[in-house]
Amino acid sequence: MDIENLDHYSQLILSLAALVTLTSFIMLAQGRLLRLVFVFALQGFLLVLATSIAAYSFDNPHLYISAAITLVLKVLFIPWMLRRHILKLNMHRDVEALNNKTTLMLGGASLVVFSYYVLHPIMQNSSMILLNALSLSLAVILLGMLLMISHHQAIAHVVGFMSIENGLFFAATVSTNGMPMVVELGVAFDVLVAAVLFGIFFLHISSSIDSLDVDKMNRLNEVDQ
Amino acid sequence: MNVLLAIIQTLFFIVLAPLLAGWVKWCKCYLQNRKAPSLLQPYRDLIKLTLKQPVVSKDASWLFLIAPYIIFSATALAVTVVPFFLVNLPTAASADVIVMVGFLAFARFFLVLAGLDVGTAFGGMGSSREMTISSMAEPAMLMAIFTITMTASTTNLSFAIGHVIEEGLVLRPSFIFALFALILVAVAETGRIPVDNPATHLELTMIHEAMILEYSGRHLALIEWASQLKLMLYGVLIANIFFPWGMAETLIISALGYGLLAIMGKLAILAVILAISETLLAKMRLFRVQEFLSFAYLLGLLGMLSHIILEASR
Repeated sequence: MDIENLDHYSQLILSLAALVTLTSFIMLAQGRLLRLVFVFALQGFLLVLATSIAAYSFDNPHLYISAAITLVLKVLFIPWMLRRHILKLNMHRDVEALNNKTTLMLGGASLVVFSYYVLHPIMQNSSMILLNALSLSLAVILLGMLLMISHHQAIAHVVGFMSIENGLFFAATVSTNGMPMVVELGVAFDVLVAAVLFGIFFLHISSSIDSLDVDKMNRLNEVDQ
Repeated sequence: MNVLLAIIQTLFFIVLAPLLAGWVKWCKCYLQNRKAPSLLQPYRDLIKLTLKQPVVSKDASWLFLIAPYIIFSATALAVTVVPFFLVNLPTAASADVIVMVGFLAFARFFLVLAGLDVGTAFGGMGSSREMTISSMAEPAMLMAIFTITMTASTTNLSFAIGHVIEEGLVLRPSFIFALFALILVAVAETGRIPVDNPATHLELTMIHEAMILEYSGRHLALIEWASQLKLMLYGVLIANIFFPWGMAETLIISALGYGLLAIMGKLAILAVILAISETLLAKMRLFRVQEFLSFAYLLGLLGMLSHIILEASR
């Protein structure tokens, strides 16, 4: 089925899927932490929009609850908390030097192609048009991992981790109309606990090595060299 | 009859181009709390420059003298390929969008040669910068254009625009990306802020103005007019590919007039957006242009990927 035969809601959901992928790319190239957190919040917001449209157009009221949980946690609470940490640790003026952004972007693009290649057989056997977005959500997951690999700051790692969770959430929305409520609540609670724990870790890391650059942790040794 | 219309359309395009430049300037002045010159000021400038005697350096070769004519006519030929207010353009059948990119590249090649010809430091610097930017802008532009041509399965602009009109309102993820990629490329190629500042004449950061610093009189008028044409060409390309509604599909006078009004309205809105972005943004460092254009390329690439992933039939 071609995209022009779909209703506008499905077209909108697919477009939002593409925009979510774009925000992942923007995060990948972002050296400033405050902007990184802002783009992360934006990704969450796009996700909330896509989920609410899916809830409305497929008449799945429980997706509204998932959307509301995502809105509260990933658009408001976690970005607010990360922002507070960045301001408190006085890191908002730091610009992370990312070596070779262009290679990073092309690597990200090849991850998109890879996830399409992997999921192509599954998409061939299904009639659900929204399943097309599944490969993009896998791409968001992989791009989150790439973000964690390429950045040095612990806060960027947390953002990458949360964006992996965004990708999983989106995959669940487009492929199975959302996870069961129990799983959804459990994951949301996990994310909340993880966010609080990460906050505590930030304070400990920065008080012990006076920086949140995880590369500096490699220098920690049992014995003095 | 059709060929006549194509010629009339091109003439309209060429005559209206300075008006668009004047309108952009007017909007910028208004936004920056300055007193705006008249909308017709670019025409007056062109006439004044044409009447003046051109001064040519004694070291200039024949290339320097013919370059303005080549630049203007190549840009005008590129314009003939782009449907302005009429969808079904006979010239679009003989030359597709890749030829249009080729014409623009041809004009740029001669502009760069003319910049190098006299041998001033500024000219050479501007030429090298122009080539650097265009070598990165062209792949991004072609990527965005391929995204569109893959949807319409033709590189003919008339057919592509006809296809978009026929389909009605379809929200395509690939078009969103292609639109933004094309806007970024257009900003870089027409030398607007944040890539180049069109309003400056004596700064070390200038690109386009550095190349044409040695020109005066009618030569300068032709080059200025060509760059105004180029600005309008990108505006028309963006407006007509992504928002083609209102264009004339039949040869009735009322439809043609309506089409002309529609495209002028769309261009006016685009110019306001351009003026706002030029007022809000600062010019970036030359070495950051590479990041800007690789982002445009990425957008084009994502557009193509999302066309394949999200829109292809299975």
